[in-house]
This record gives sequence, C-alpha cells and structure tokens, in this order.
Amino acid sequence: MSALSSSGGASGSTGSALGGASEAAAVALEEQTPVRRPPRRTWRSALKRDWRLYSLVLLPLLFFAVFRYLPMLGNVIAFRRFRPGGSIFGDEWVGLRYFELFVNDPLFWNVFKNTLVLGALTLVVVFPMPIVLALLLNELRSKRFKRFVQTVSYLPHFISIVIVAGLVLQLTSAQGTINQLVQLFGGDSIPFMQQAEWFRTVYITSEVWQTVGWGTILYLAALTQVDENLYEAARIDGANRWKQTWHVTLPGIRPTMITLLVLNIGTFMAVGFEKILLLYNPLVYPTADVISTYLYRVGILSSNFSYAAAIGLFEAVIGLTLILSANAISRRAVGTSLW
Amino acid sequence: MTVADPDRATRRVAATPPTRRVKDSRGYQVFRVVNVTVLLLVVGLVLYPFVNIVAQSFSSEGAITSGQVNLVPRGFNVETYRLVMSDSLFWVNYRNTVVYTVVATAIAMVLTTTFAYAISKKDLKGRSVLIGVAVFTMFFNGGLIPNYVLINELGMTNTLWAIVLPNAISVFNLLVMKAFFENLPAELEEAASIDGLTTYGIFFRIVLPLSKAVIATMVLFYAVFFWNSWFQAFLYLDRAELYPVTVYLRNMIAGATTSTSMGASADDAAQVAANIQAVTMVLTVLPIICLYPFLQKYFVSGVMLGSVKG
Repeated sequence: MSALSSSGGASGSTGSALGGASEAAAVALEEQTPVRRPPRRTWRSALKRDWRLYSLVLLPLLFFAVFRYLPMLGNVIAFRRFRPGGSIFGDEWVGLRYFELFVNDPLFWNVFKNTLVLGALTLVVVFPMPIVLALLLNELRSKRFKRFVQTVSYLPHFISIVIVAGLVLQLTSAQGTINQLVQLFGGDSIPFMQQAEWFRTVYITSEVWQTVGWGTILYLAALTQVDENLYEAARIDGANRWKQTWHVTLPGIRPTMITLLVLNIGTFMAVGFEKILLLYNPLVYPTADVISTYLYRVGILSSNFSYAAAIGLFEAVIGLTLILSANAISRRAVGTSLW
Repeated sequence: MTVADPDRATRRVAATPPTRRVKDSRGYQVFRVVNVTVLLLVVGLVLYPFVNIVAQSFSSEGAITSGQVNLVPRGFNVETYRLVMSDSLFWVNYRNTVVYTVVATAIAMVLTTTFAYAISKKDLKGRSVLIGVAVFTMFFNGGLIPNYVLINELGMTNTLWAIVLPNAISVFNLLVMKAFFENLPAELEEAASIDGLTTYGIFFRIVLPLSKAVIATMVLFYAVFFWNSWFQAFLYLDRAELYPVTVYLRNMIAGATTSTSMGASADDAAQVAANIQAVTMVLTVLPIICLYPFLQKYFVSGVMLGSVKG
C-alpha cells in the first residue's frame, strides 16, 4: 500500500515502502503521545532560548517547503494553461476548462471505474488477509515454527516492486508455472497478461502475496495485549476456542483493525500505481488502467501537463476526503480515530 | 517502551497457550493439524516464486520455453550469468544503485534525525505546527505532474539530486525517531546542559550515541527503500549510464512484455529475455535476500517502536 503517495508516484513518499502497518503505527503514535501544554512563551524568548533547536529544523523545513508544499501550489497549473519552458505555475488562467475536459472524457470514466474496482477489491480481499494469518499464527504452540513462518512471510515486503512485477510476469507467462498447472489439469494455456479479464485476479493475488506477511506485525502485537483474564472468563462461561476468538480476540484487536482500515481507505484512489505501471500493457488497459497510470500517460508521455494535473488534483482531493470521512465515521461509530 | 523488543512480544504469545490449555477438544486438535498444514502452504507459496526464478536463472533457454522449469534447473548452465555479468552497463547501473542508496540514505538520516530531535522537545514553541507540517504531507501531496514540473524546473533531471532529494524524509521514520527521542530520560540531557553542553553538544555527544539502535533501524529502512526504488529514476533520468539497476531490469522486463503483447507469443526475443531476466532479478535481489535474515528483526522492531505508547 503506497499510502503516502496519495496521488501518484512522483513524490511517493519514502514511507510508502514500509507498508500500511507502519503508517498505522506512525499515526497511532501521534494519537498516543499526550501533548503536555507547555507554559506560554513569546516567540522572542523562545527564539532566544531555543535558537539552536530551531536551527536544526531549517534544512528539513526547506525540504518540506520545496518538495512537498511547492508541488501542492504547483497544482495551480490545473487551472492555467501550462507551456513547457514557461512559468512552472502556468501562463494563462483558464478556470475549470481542464476539469470540464476530463469530466467529458469517456476514457477518464473508464479509468475511474477501474480505480474504484481495484480499490474495492483491495479492501475486501487484501485487507482481511493479514488478520486471518495473524490469528492462525497466534494459535501456534511452537515458537520456533511461528518465527519461521513470520520471517518467510515478511520477505516479499523487502523486494523491489520491479522484481515483484518480474516474478508475476514469469509465473503467468505462456510457459510459466501457472500455465503448466492449467495444462496438467487438462486446460489450455491462458495468456494471462494479454486478456483484460484476468488482470484484476493477477493484481490482487500478487498484492496478497506481497503484503500479507508484513501486515500481520501490528495485529500480532495487538494480540499480545489482549487481556488474559478475558479468556479465563470466557472459558468459565463455557466458550470453546472458536467462541473465544470471536468474542475475545477479535474485539481485542478491533482498534488496530479500524486504524488500518481507515488508512487503507485513504489510499483507495492511489491504488497500486507503480505495480500497475510495471505490469500492464495496452491489451489489458480496459481493466488495468487506473487514474494514476492514465494521468502518467497523458501528462508525462503526451505532455498535457495541465490536463493531467487537473486529474491528479481531483484524485488527491477525493483521497483526502475519503480519509477524513473514514476517520470521522470511525470516531463517531467506534471511538477510534487517527488523530 | 512496552513492545520495543519483538522477540519479547513473540515470547509472550508463545507463552500464553499452555496456560490456556486445559484439554484440547477433538475439533481443536484437528484444527491445529490443519493450521500447521495451511501455514506450511503459505511458506511454500511465498517462497515458490523465488525458487522458480533461481531455477530459471540456471536453466537453458530451451528448457524454459518448453515449460520444464519449476523447482529445479533443467539444462543446467551458468552461461546466462556469464552473459549478464559481462554486460558493462549492468555493472555501471549496479554501481549507480549503490551510490544513490548511500548518498540518499545519508541525506535522509541527517534531515530525519535533526527534525525528529527538535520536534521531540515538548516545550519547543511552534512544535505542533512543525509536526502538522510533516504529518499533513502523509495525507495530501502535490501529485505526479507538479512534482515532475518542479524537478525539471530545478534542473535536476539527469542528476543524482532527482533521485536522492525528493524523498529525503519519510514522515513515518520521522515519527518513529521522534517517539524514540521522547523516551530518552530527560535527566541525562539536563545533567549535560548543567555541565555546560549546548543543544548541539547534547545532540551529538549524548543523544546520538544513545540512539544507535534506532539509527541502525532507520538506516535500514531508508537503504532498502532507496535500493528498491525505480520510478524516480525512471522518470528523471534518460541516459542509460545513469540508471540504477532496478531501471535496467525494468527496461528488460518491459521489452519482454511489449513483444508478447504484440501478439507474438512465440517471439524469440521474449524467450531469451526470460532467461536473462531471471539472472538479472537474482543478482538484483541477492544482497537483500542475503542480508534479510540478519536484519529482519530490526525492521520489525522499527515498526514496533512506532506503535509504542509514548
């Protein structure tokens, strides 16, 4: 999950490599750090006392200003005609012209639909998998075997997405293992990466492969925090193992689940940009092309900067809206909030 | 810090079931057997693609094209390795990856530690604004096109800077370090300041030496990220001698998919590439696989640090 690159890859933040679990952790940390109100101090005395601390902040702030906030302002080219070689903020105000253009572009609505479908499949299929795996791991009695399964299942998380794409293409190729299995059971070899109807299956499967292990880390940590007395009480009430899991374990890790779900919803629109870019080809565009890949082709390859920036801004605003609403709903409904 | 040590967390889990074990029901006994089987299957499925690619890398082209290579190499040879390793561009790109990773990680560590240290001081005026500036970028960013325009405008295309600067701070890593610094005993720094050390002195001579563990973890996080990254280079570099090895590999893979996607499924070029691709993938992923068993626990502890109650 590349949560941090919520609108495409160019500035895909470093953290995106770390996966959803990590971001949840980061945010959980924000939430859990109590802010003790310091005594009010004027800027003059604060600067006098802490100028060395402030000096440490200058370079990082410059980084955020130039590489994070300046591009946000750069989105103004979505409203202005941009001429390569001209001002980076565009030359001439054209209002919502580019937004009208893409809203009336049937290609856009197809990639919009694909984004929603892949995003929804990710939430429904990929998101629950680490929970299941963590629960299974938690039932193991052999500490060594458990550690072995964990170590192996984390591995795909550390592999470059280029390698992952290469592995996927090899396995699904005409002479690859999957087609050998298909033929073994009497089927005809399937050109997976040339048929649009297979792309979603291939994509989601590879997502599960890549993320399921690493995703268990925070759940396993949460599982250790479930109160042992609750299991005791459940047993006295005659609950069997399955009922204990259902009534004690799952409620116990619910805050973690909700936090990760909210973060996942926030990345809904940015679904798998780099991976899709590596995997797709014109034959599978009908299902594989998503907003971020479409705007990459329109913007970078065809140099329609303003048009693509308008699409990107639209995507980023939806992404921000999604995470804000998901967070608000979760705060109201279950009292878990990111901040 | 409650769960900074993942091993301890694991031990706790491992320790709990026996206390819960009164007598396993028949159904639970069956479940345990099924569970172990399922998890073994998971291990197999996770590892299979790697085994497959290693097998292919030692196989002959003919064996791969006729679909004989799965777990074991067929038509064993190391010719493909010799072929790939004799490509000077491969080594140039490999060296680029090393250079980009080292420089980017160094810059990232300087920016991340200094900022994290400042915002870990709870009585720093403007602290919450500084945190807000960083955290907001997790949820909203400028997007592909404005970034692209900016990097071009800064004249960074075809330079190292386009690779190492735009992702120099990961907000996640920043927050992990901040949490770590917040948990350092304040008394140490107070004592040092009474002894006449300035903020700089405290930072370099007290705080950093005490933070070796978290610094090591962060270095690993950044190094793996930069080692694996490709898109930044793909976007901003267009001279082959500047590519990192991931882009070298990407171009190889893209060449193969293009030829099959043109409908020429028996295209010779694509099949040869399958062989060479396998070797390139193995060589690219090798450092990570070799270091992984030793480093894995640091990564996990990094994530744990982030979820610690401060």
